[in-house]
Amino acid sequence: MSRGQYRDEGVVLRTYKLGEADRIIVFMTKAHGKVRAVAKGVRKTKSKFGARLEPASQVLLALYEGKGELHTVTDAEIIAANRDIREGYNLFVHAAPMLEAVDQMAQDHEPDVAVYLMLTRALATLNDRRTPLVTTAFFWKLLAYSGVEPRLDSCVRCDAAESLSAFDFQSGGAVCTNCSYGGGVPISSEALDLMRQILGGHLNQALAQTVGETTAEVERLAIAAIEHHIERRLRSTTLL
Amino acid sequence: MSVYTEPLQALIDELNRLPGIGPKSAQRIAFHLLKIPKEDAARLAESIVVAKDRVHWCRVCFNVCDSDTCQFCADDGRDGRVVCVVEEARDIVAIERSGAFKGRYHVLQGAISPIEGIGPEQLRVRELVKRLEDDAITELILATNPNVEGDATASYLARLIKPIGVRVTRLASGLPQGGDLEFADEVTLGHALEGRREL
Ligand SMILES: [Zn+2]
Ligand SMILES: [Zn+2]
Repeated sequence: MSRGQYRDEGVVLRTYKLGEADRIIVFMTKAHGKVRAVAKGVRKTKSKFGARLEPASQVLLALYEGKGELHTVTDAEIIAANRDIREGYNLFVHAAPMLEAVDQMAQDHEPDVAVYLMLTRALATLNDRRTPLVTTAFFWKLLAYSGVEPRLDSCVRCDAAESLSAFDFQSGGAVCTNCSYGGGVPISSEALDLMRQILGGHLNQALAQTVGETTAEVERLAIAAIEHHIERRLRSTTLL
Repeated sequence: MSVYTEPLQALIDELNRLPGIGPKSAQRIAFHLLKIPKEDAARLAESIVVAKDRVHWCRVCFNVCDSDTCQFCADDGRDGRVVCVVEEARDIVAIERSGAFKGRYHVLQGAISPIEGIGPEQLRVRELVKRLEDDAITELILATNPNVEGDATASYLARLIKPIGVRVTRLASGLPQGGDLEFADEVTLGHALEGRREL
């Protein structure tokens, strides 16, 4: 069954070149989950789409569902261009892993408004506040939303609340020194505090943290945790 | 299990590895090749082998050429102080067609694309910096594509190269000639406003 014309809003996750002048655009939409649609002629300099269908753009869309697997983009208007992300190397390399993670985790045509809103807010925040911590925080929040919120206040093996010194992706949380022989990567108490801020409703405070060793540690852990969860590597994190 | 005989499947697999060619296109092209006269197929195969053999990268700018340096690097009539940086050798053709540029080129052989795991190390960036150290270059024109990958590449290069003391400019981007203003998107219009000039 095809639904013909429909409207929705979406974020451009990535694009693939198609034929001479077209692209396949992968959107995370608000009401239709992940959607793949062809934008005809978008690579021509005079395309009516202009720069609207570039990764990290949030757009209002008119789409057409025909018989084929791919839908067609018939119109697009900018909701948020996130221009600083699109034009600045540093911000773009931090946006790309968020787009890639959503592309990996979201299902075609399965609406997930929460993920859509998390992504649009994260992109807007990255665009405005320009801190790489946005990506780290987005990953931890995405994991929590996916049902794998890490346990941070006591050891996942023995419940001890003291001397937490490692993090175990398999059991999803902090591990105390006594139990750390059973596996896990070392984690500093500063990193644990930062993760508690991110996941405990103190995001603003967390984002204000100066970028340094601790933020890098939590970023590494976030990437490893998300890769563990989706059971594959994220290519775009190699540029972080 | 493949439904085709092994040589045909091998051909489909090879075609499928080419950029922009999916499984369906690969099948279509393979069947087309089976139908054409043997001479035509041989000519195609031969031209691939000859091109692979004779065409290589210019030692200076990484344009395609059939000798040590390309026609632009070898031409003394061109201004060696201004270098236009492009993603692919085919972009040189487009710029040459404009007739508006008389300097030299540098081909990056791609653009930064985090989603494809392509960073500066996979591009001819190190070679560009080396050229800036050795040659008397005073200006770099960044002519990467006006899309996210091209912008990220330009922004990376600008940050890397400006401290060296070379003037770095980016191709103006804005409204396409012959278009209507009302159809312009915000990003393009924003660029056009920032890049406006005195009349
Ligand atoms: Zn324990
Ligand atoms: Zn050359």
